[in-house]
Amino acid sequence: MTEANRTIVLGLGNTLNRDEGLGVHALKALEAHLGARPGLELLDGGVLGLNLLPLVEECSHLLVLDAIDGRKLPGTVIELAKEQIPLYAGVKLSQHQITFQEVLGLANIRGLLPQHLHMIGIQPEDISIGLEMSLTVEHAISAVVYRACLVLEDWGLLDKTGTL
Amino acid sequence: MPQRIVIDPITRIEGHLRIEAELDANNTIAKAYSSGTMVRGLEKIMVGRDPREAWAFAQRTCGVCTTVHSFASIRSVENALGIKIPKAANLIRNLMIAQQYVHDHVMHFYHLHALDWVDVVSSLKADPAQVSAIQQKISPWPNSSPAYFAKVQKQVQGIVDSGQLSIFANAYWGHPAYKLPPEVNLLAVAHYLEALDWQKDATKIHTIFGGKNPHPNFVVGGVPMPIDLNSDTALNAERLSIISDSITKMIDFVDQVYIPDLLAIAPYYLEYGGIGEGLGNFLSWGEFPGEDNSDVSKFLVPRAVILNRDLANIQVPDPNDFAKMQEFVSHSWYKQSVGDQAGLHPWKGETEFNYTGPKPPYQFLDVEQKYSWLKAPRWAETPMEVGPLARVLAMYAGGHAQTKELVDLVLKTLDVPITAVFSTLGRTAARCIETKVFADSMRTYFNDLVTEIKAGNTKTYNGDKWDPITWPTHSEGFGFMEAPRGALGHWIVIDNGKISNYQMVVPTTWNGSPRDHKGQPGAYEASLVGIKLAKPEWPLEVLRTIHSFDPCMACAIHMVDAEGQDLGEAALGMTVCDY
Repeated sequence: MTEANRTIVLGLGNTLNRDEGLGVHALKALEAHLGARPGLELLDGGVLGLNLLPLVEECSHLLVLDAIDGRKLPGTVIELAKEQIPLYAGVKLSQHQITFQEVLGLANIRGLLPQHLHMIGIQPEDISIGLEMSLTVEHAISAVVYRACLVLEDWGLLDKTGTL
Repeated sequence: MPQRIVIDPITRIEGHLRIEAELDANNTIAKAYSSGTMVRGLEKIMVGRDPREAWAFAQRTCGVCTTVHSFASIRSVENALGIKIPKAANLIRNLMIAQQYVHDHVMHFYHLHALDWVDVVSSLKADPAQVSAIQQKISPWPNSSPAYFAKVQKQVQGIVDSGQLSIFANAYWGHPAYKLPPEVNLLAVAHYLEALDWQKDATKIHTIFGGKNPHPNFVVGGVPMPIDLNSDTALNAERLSIISDSITKMIDFVDQVYIPDLLAIAPYYLEYGGIGEGLGNFLSWGEFPGEDNSDVSKFLVPRAVILNRDLANIQVPDPNDFAKMQEFVSHSWYKQSVGDQAGLHPWKGETEFNYTGPKPPYQFLDVEQKYSWLKAPRWAETPMEVGPLARVLAMYAGGHAQTKELVDLVLKTLDVPITAVFSTLGRTAARCIETKVFADSMRTYFNDLVTEIKAGNTKTYNGDKWDPITWPTHSEGFGFMEAPRGALGHWIVIDNGKISNYQMVVPTTWNGSPRDHKGQPGAYEASLVGIKLAKPEWPLEVLRTIHSFDPCMACAIHMVDAEGQDLGEAALGMTVCDY
């Protein structure tokens, strides 16, 4: 089912909860930096949960940008290679509670996890209601864009001169 | 292998739901309290914004319910400004809304609710030949051979062996309240996995009508997708044919998998036809306009209030009635300028936070005082249940022939009386019944759309009142939407071209509401009273009833036994970040 070469950069998070939406903000920053590129899809996944499974299962290369709680100082950029991403599910009380790790977990048990998978995020500072990110996190967005470009270079989608 | 670091996902939901239940000496729930423990407050973000853009913020209110909030928002603006949408646009919207129901209900059933009744581990003991015989008896669905079920069983064995069993929304495997034979368990697990593939076909309609996926586009005044059979970028013949195929696949799955499975599982749990009712009062804002949003007499699902199970006396609620549509904050963490006992209509609604609860982490909430971030919406000072059961009862009482046939068929097949609809089982069956009604309605809306297109009625957008210069200086609007989990309303006030107040009353606020100024419980609170637990530390029976409402929030259930001893938090759904 995996298409031969489909690369998706997926920005995740809720943009109404300040730093929770940093993945979507980082995606937009990456889009502004790269412009439209053939063979590369930049998608705003919001917090769609299980609805994202079809997309995940259809790509060969998936780069996820997201808020990550790694118990680090706020603003710390956190990068996870495929084997470091926990794929699991927990007890569910609502259909609305499916985390992205669970989407990856489902793809995994179905044997459809993307061959190339990478996650870049930032430790959030403030996830209260609000549209603007905290300054701490906003300042780290360009570092996420830079690292995202390195990953895309690695995957042969950007040449070395295309980075920041 | 590098050292694995611990990563907790950030909370991905719009709020947590917490249930505190008190048990009597027989392990039966005597009192239950429902609390939303995470503040909302989206309303504050809306003030001062352009009403035409409100949907883009509203759709992020809940990560999963993006479509329903978008529709409620654009309808509120259209209602405030008196905008009528073209006929083709209404048909396209009805198709999108019906698709949302079918998709959402099927996924809810297989990925959340079925696992309250289906023991995945038990399916390993099933005889694939017998499963095949059951499948072939109940449905013409093609995936029915012994070899197919043996393959699924092997897959489940692989999951169990790999230690990833939790991928199936946890349930309490081996709990004495699981009653299905291994063969029916395997049947349901097979369809759990098939539903994941099915949803790919099911989402095609939104991708096409919304122009993109995820997060399709919406527009005040119609739909963003133009119709032009000769254009590559519009709704053309090729796209219509993809939609038609997608509708067929959706209907087939409902007819051949969802309905037969419900009827195969339900006989083992008939006692749930007698528990979990709750209020007996129901509200629906109505859905699927015939042509015009304001003509409620032509809705497929009637706008209706049902009180005390009385299906003979249906009222048509007016959402703009200041004396009847009110929200109360007596037990909610808000402060009102008019005092906390007064009910306010959403157009006058206030969103002033006033947290007076204990400092987390805490053991119990003070339920005699304020204990929830959810307000208590009430109709005529009466608590209401919203959702599939409310809609099916509204259609049934309104004389909708297919609904009546389906309800009667389910009652007859299960051999239960009509009163069994007022229950946990009734709610679960109602979800399936309306899925069938709405799936079939998609074919009708599609055919009507094709007829309109052939007649040359291809207009999908009314831009007459797009320019704010055409607007009155002050206007108020109500945007309804029967979301899969129940009645959703957005109330908007527009002053000088900008939003001056915006209040949402979402389904889970109705169903999960705390007590009100009169001490009356909300729907969840009422539905849990009297439920006996086989193993209080594994409150599976509570999950069954709460899940039957399809809550829009994750939920922690906190149990206290008769001696006041804390049994701890069970079934806490997620890893919550520390701050």
